[in-house]
Amino acid sequence: MAAGAATPAADRERGGRIRSALLTFLLVLPAGAWYLVLLIAPLAIITIFSFGVRAKNGGYAPAFVLDNYAAILGDLQKAAPFTASLSMAIGGTIGSLLIGLPLAYFIATRAGRRKGLFILLLVIPFWTSFLIRTYSWLIVLGPGSLGGFIGDLVGDDNFRILGTPVAVLIGLVYGYLPLMVFPLYVTLERMDRTLVEASKDLGAGRWATFRQVTLPIALPGLITGSILVFIPMMGEYVIPQILGYGRIYLVGNALVTDFLEARNWPAGSAKAVILIFVMLITVTFYTWFVNRGRKGREVSVL
Amino acid sequence: MSAPALAGESAVGRLASAPRRPQLDRGGIAVEVWLRVQASLVYAFLYLPIAIVVVFSFNANSLATIWTGFSVNWYPTALANSVVQNALANSFIVAIPNAILATLFGTMAALGLQRVPRRVRIVFDAVTYVSIIIPEIVIALATLVLYATGFGFIEDTFGIKLRFGHVTIIAAHMLFNTSLVLLLVRARLSGMDRTLVEASADLFATPWRTFRQITFPQLLPGIMAGFLLAFTFSFDDYVITTFTSGPGSSTLPLWVFGQVKRSVSPETNAVATIMLLFTLAMLFVGQFLLLRNSRRTQGRGGAGMAGMIAEQR
Repeated sequence: MAAGAATPAADRERGGRIRSALLTFLLVLPAGAWYLVLLIAPLAIITIFSFGVRAKNGGYAPAFVLDNYAAILGDLQKAAPFTASLSMAIGGTIGSLLIGLPLAYFIATRAGRRKGLFILLLVIPFWTSFLIRTYSWLIVLGPGSLGGFIGDLVGDDNFRILGTPVAVLIGLVYGYLPLMVFPLYVTLERMDRTLVEASKDLGAGRWATFRQVTLPIALPGLITGSILVFIPMMGEYVIPQILGYGRIYLVGNALVTDFLEARNWPAGSAKAVILIFVMLITVTFYTWFVNRGRKGREVSVL
Repeated sequence: MSAPALAGESAVGRLASAPRRPQLDRGGIAVEVWLRVQASLVYAFLYLPIAIVVVFSFNANSLATIWTGFSVNWYPTALANSVVQNALANSFIVAIPNAILATLFGTMAALGLQRVPRRVRIVFDAVTYVSIIIPEIVIALATLVLYATGFGFIEDTFGIKLRFGHVTIIAAHMLFNTSLVLLLVRARLSGMDRTLVEASADLFATPWRTFRQITFPQLLPGIMAGFLLAFTFSFDDYVITTFTSGPGSSTLPLWVFGQVKRSVSPETNAVATIMLLFTLAMLFVGQFLLLRNSRRTQGRGGAGMAGMIAEQR
């Protein structure tokens, strides 16, 4: 470039940079605004509300008290939805793992060229309406079908599955199983199969090979899958409402009661904040675990 | 299981003329059988309940769970129900703008995030993940509180009365969907062939032209998958919708929920079947378009939409 043109060229370059920065800003603006108004603002509001008190007619009145937290953390009765959610989510995670691991192993190692088909067959139910898949169990487990059948078997006319923790657990596993299988499949599919053969050649039995070779390799996928199912199970609302007849009272249901029925926004907000904390701790632990000892994030799905 | 063959090749005595790949012993056969039986059972477990909903939508009996005979009457009955008609219309009124805007905003953000400083990107990423991780019920109730508080404030200050309706549902759905599109398009961007962009610039194409002719076509599968996912999420969503809807803006899932809380009727099943067919059609359209476009997805097994979802989640 000629020396004389330095100033206009620099001007043009600066103009270009400003225009480029403006474009960047405009590209990110709508999504950023959405996050600000519909994610950060609501979360900020419930965090502030969680320190407040219930207004006379319901809602929120400004205050700064820790009562809402103290009530949950100090009173076993009030903490019951949390322990119920926690045990349901843990049970559901174990259930999905027991069903999902062999399936993922089957697809990764035995399905051959039909892998894509098997995965598609997992995606299809996952893609269809969660609500419909949930209520379908009302028919399956109802007194007219499986519930009544088992009732006849055990000779108890009052035998019911619906409205019990078992129904909710089935719903949870059914609803989230694919989330467990996907990451497990991805890790198992990448596994070097010669390791298994080497292990067998070295005289390890099937169980020892599974425990010492396959399982450690599948571990990142196993952890990812467990987190992916645990988190939504912990905050589940629809399944206990439908399959638990609302009798199985989890955190999600407690939140709805607080906000809409009792109209005690501060109490509900405190529960929501605690629930978010449980999620963040889980995810932080997960990130730490997956990135432990390595820089890349090849298996980090979150 | 079998005695340790530590000596390797010298274990010939036991396995006689053992081939290179060891033949299956009884335990091995058991494992093979078990893996297959288990897989079949899991697929039955996944599809049976859905199949039952479809089958019982053809039940002549008005009690959903007792089969008395075949009938297609529940479909015209359901479609003639004005409440169902309204709910169906509302579902589209909500899902279509939501999907368009979320796809637009998510794609824009994915492109913009390539150009921002690292620190901004990290913050943005963190917020994106938070929007996906936080349970739906928390987002739904927090948004409800925001709307209620915000509307109260606006009425007190400006005297304008805002109401819950389609717009409040769309805005709330867009949060999750924008994040979803953002992640899908970014996955696409990071797997993109950069040299093409450079080549295009070297050949004196303007940035806009490079975007239109090089970048955009490569991103299209991600954008399309994002659009279909956003539409389907919105079309099927119950939790966020129920807490952000107002009178007259109930969508189909809200109607279905209200029905099944009382009892499952064949009419509900018929509506559910229509919903299932519709979302499945979307999935297959996406799958078809993606497979046609999957020349570039190296090593992804050409699983199209399915692979995309499986790897994204």
